Amino acid sequence: MASSPFLSQIPINNKTISFSSSLSPAFPFPPSTLSRRKRNPNALRVQAKIREIFMPALSSTMTEGKIVSWIKSEGDVLSKGESVVVVESDKADMDVETFYDGILAAIVVPEGETAPVGAPIGLLAETEEEIAEAKAKAASKAGGSSSPATPISPPATSTPVPAAISQPPPAPAAPEGPRKTTATPFAKKLAKQHKVDINKVVGTGPYGRITPADVEAAAGIAVSKPSVSPASPAAAAAPVKPVASSSAPPPLPGSNVVPFTSMQAAVSKNMVESLSVPTFRVGYPLTSDALDALYEKVKPKGVTMTALLAKAAAMALVQHPVVNASCKDGKSFTYNSNINIAVAVAINGGLITPVLQDADKLDLYLLSKKWKELVEKARAKQLQPQDYNSGTFTLSNLGMFGVDRFDAILPPGQARGYHGCWSIKTNCGG
Amino acid sequence: MRDLQNEHHMKALGLQVAAAGYDRQGVADHANNLATKIRNNLTNSMKALGVDILTGVGSILGPHKVQYGKLDSPGNIVTAKDIIIATGSVPFVPKGIEVDGKTVITSDHALKLESVPDWIAIVGSGYIGLEFSDVYTALGSEVTFIEALDQLMPGFDPEIGKLAQRVLINPRKIDYHTGVFATKITPAKNGKPVTIELIDAKTKEPKDILEVDAALIATGRAPFTDGLGLDSVHVERKRGFVPVDERMRVLDFKGDPVPHLYCIGDANGKMMLAHAASAQGISVVEQLTGRDHVLNHLSIPAACFTHPEISMVGLTEPQAREKAEKEGFEVSVAKTSFKANTKALAENEGEGLAKLIYRPDNGEILGVHIFGLHAADLIHEASNAIALGTRIQDIKLAVHAHPTLSEVIDELFKSAKVKAHASGPIVNEPVAV
Repeated sequence: MASSPFLSQIPINNKTISFSSSLSPAFPFPPSTLSRRKRNPNALRVQAKIREIFMPALSSTMTEGKIVSWIKSEGDVLSKGESVVVVESDKADMDVETFYDGILAAIVVPEGETAPVGAPIGLLAETEEEIAEAKAKAASKAGGSSSPATPISPPATSTPVPAAISQPPPAPAAPEGPRKTTATPFAKKLAKQHKVDINKVVGTGPYGRITPADVEAAAGIAVSKPSVSPASPAAAAAPVKPVASSSAPPPLPGSNVVPFTSMQAAVSKNMVESLSVPTFRVGYPLTSDALDALYEKVKPKGVTMTALLAKAAAMALVQHPVVNASCKDGKSFTYNSNINIAVAVAINGGLITPVLQDADKLDLYLLSKKWKELVEKARAKQLQPQDYNSGTFTLSNLGMFGVDRFDAILPPGQARGYHGCWSIKTNCGG
Repeated sequence: MRDLQNEHHMKALGLQVAAAGYDRQGVADHANNLATKIRNNLTNSMKALGVDILTGVGSILGPHKVQYGKLDSPGNIVTAKDIIIATGSVPFVPKGIEVDGKTVITSDHALKLESVPDWIAIVGSGYIGLEFSDVYTALGSEVTFIEALDQLMPGFDPEIGKLAQRVLINPRKIDYHTGVFATKITPAKNGKPVTIELIDAKTKEPKDILEVDAALIATGRAPFTDGLGLDSVHVERKRGFVPVDERMRVLDFKGDPVPHLYCIGDANGKMMLAHAASAQGISVVEQLTGRDHVLNHLSIPAACFTHPEISMVGLTEPQAREKAEKEGFEVSVAKTSFKANTKALAENEGEGLAKLIYRPDNGEILGVHIFGLHAADLIHEASNAIALGTRIQDIKLAVHAHPTLSEVIDELFKSAKVKAHASGPIVNEPVAV
């Protein structure tokens, strides 16, 4: 403990230290006090002073200290010998007492902050009138209003919760008559911390009490993470619900808003749902000479490329049944007994995927015939549910549009079925 | 729950925890099942030892005679050589407080955890109130303490109390009213909240009215000694407690021990702690089997199971200084912070203080107080030392494993400055290895 000739009054076995004269040997008296004295040398009565409370040196090696907590708050009356603030040293936390009576006018260094030894950490006013003066002094020292220290808020959950956009507090319906304002303990703490006058806050809690959220709204702080609440049994790996966009950007001037048709709405919904499905993409260059040759041979007989691809896929699936399986619950494969290839087809205003059932069992010509029928029905909007719901494997072909690569979108209801996406480029080098 | 949600703490350890939640019923069930399990274990143990368990309300008819049975009915009479009264205590509810078991509760109801209120007022800031505030704030409630004395946590060593307040109360969603009595508490009904009327403890002027969601009455425990038939042996209770001497023998109105009648535990009010009751019971049995025994209550530790824990044994600093003044000896205090302990730092739980109050002239340990991680376990080194009369100079060279929290106690012993030198071995010759 640094000793100083000015502190001889302190009993040795008392571990608290008085601070108002600085302990560092550099300056014996606080300069402001000196200058005050000089200014009024002839005053007969004792001039009321604003004293600075300094960061004490709690050990000979201490150069700066951290304020652990302010025992007294601004506006509290202090009497000589009372503990005012707790300062952390490398050994332990020490209570620091005031050497003077007075009122704690301003806290210059808030809790959690550090200050060098000898720096002012608070201001002590002798009378009430000086408090305003002291506060102004504190403000100029801190360079603007003191920023709230890191809130000592109780631990919150760690899931990222979108910060609710804080709305301006509703125009308070002034409570009739002199109603007593009840505020919860945490609301009171927050009010003190953020310097909100608790009596002016409108309470929205049960029985009209002021909740922490009310205080935060009054202070203009966005309500952050939610406090503890009993969690409902967490659903395991539930698919993400389509997130309704909360604050969408305002429409540009001159734009026209047209609502979705039900087909478009369905497609949009499905596209969003497909985002929750894990996907895996692989590309593989093929030379399609053999395919081209076969196609030339069967084309005159009414076989389309679609049918060819469907058949090829089906035959591959016979050999690799797991690719034909689906996973509905995240824990097991559901092997399908049929190989039903659904092929995406564009129809007026949208998209549908008619299904070629048992594509492995039908021959190429039958498959083509079936496919033609399905497309006609689709275009006429006469497809039955089992015509488009029963797919186990989906095929998309955009080659006719000159597309050479694309990622298909998995239609829903196939419960994470695997699907292939091929792009076939004609005339590929040979 | 509190640890899992302490994002700051977890991050410092390099851990990430997803949202931690709790299921109130699950927590309540765990507590209740635990209580049931322990009760069953105890019953089975007794049966295994050959104890006969007679169920009913008992009362003393005269020396060596006890009647037991259902309330207000004749019942059976048994005789015994010795009788021990161990009827315990119940939560004390001051006058004016209406308990409904749902919104105004006692610790018995609170243990069932039928609901977690948003805002609960706890009347009484002793260790029961403190432990419950610890539980409720961890589960998300806000707490208001109502304390009749001017200081919170009046029973603790003041230095420990100050630190405890800084750690267990100030940073949490807790506020308090001290120096007030709750004269009237009305349970919630008809859409109105629980209302608590507060008056100044000294002037008795009305001070405040609180409106909260629930109130927990933690003002202490009252002895459960009605209807024991003590008149038949000329015993007068003092505020409900059964008067006993240092050997737990029940004293009659003249102050003489009633032969073959003992009273242990909360019912005699000497030290209302479970392990104190056990110790008193053991003391009585020792006497009954022919070995005289007097229990040294100053060697019985006490603990408060908050997080971090508080524990103590012996005298508080003010009590020690008072005794020192009266008997004319010096008192010294050794202190150490958990910040200096490797294990506490590794766990990032450096917040804590241990304090040793001793006589520097002969090394006698007067009291030890600990606030920090596992304080309730660490105190036993000190309580053992006090029980055996071990002096600091004899124990300071003992080795403690590293890194453990027990080194906090080691640090206390080693930093104490005792004038006396280590005396010779007290009981056995230490074996040189």
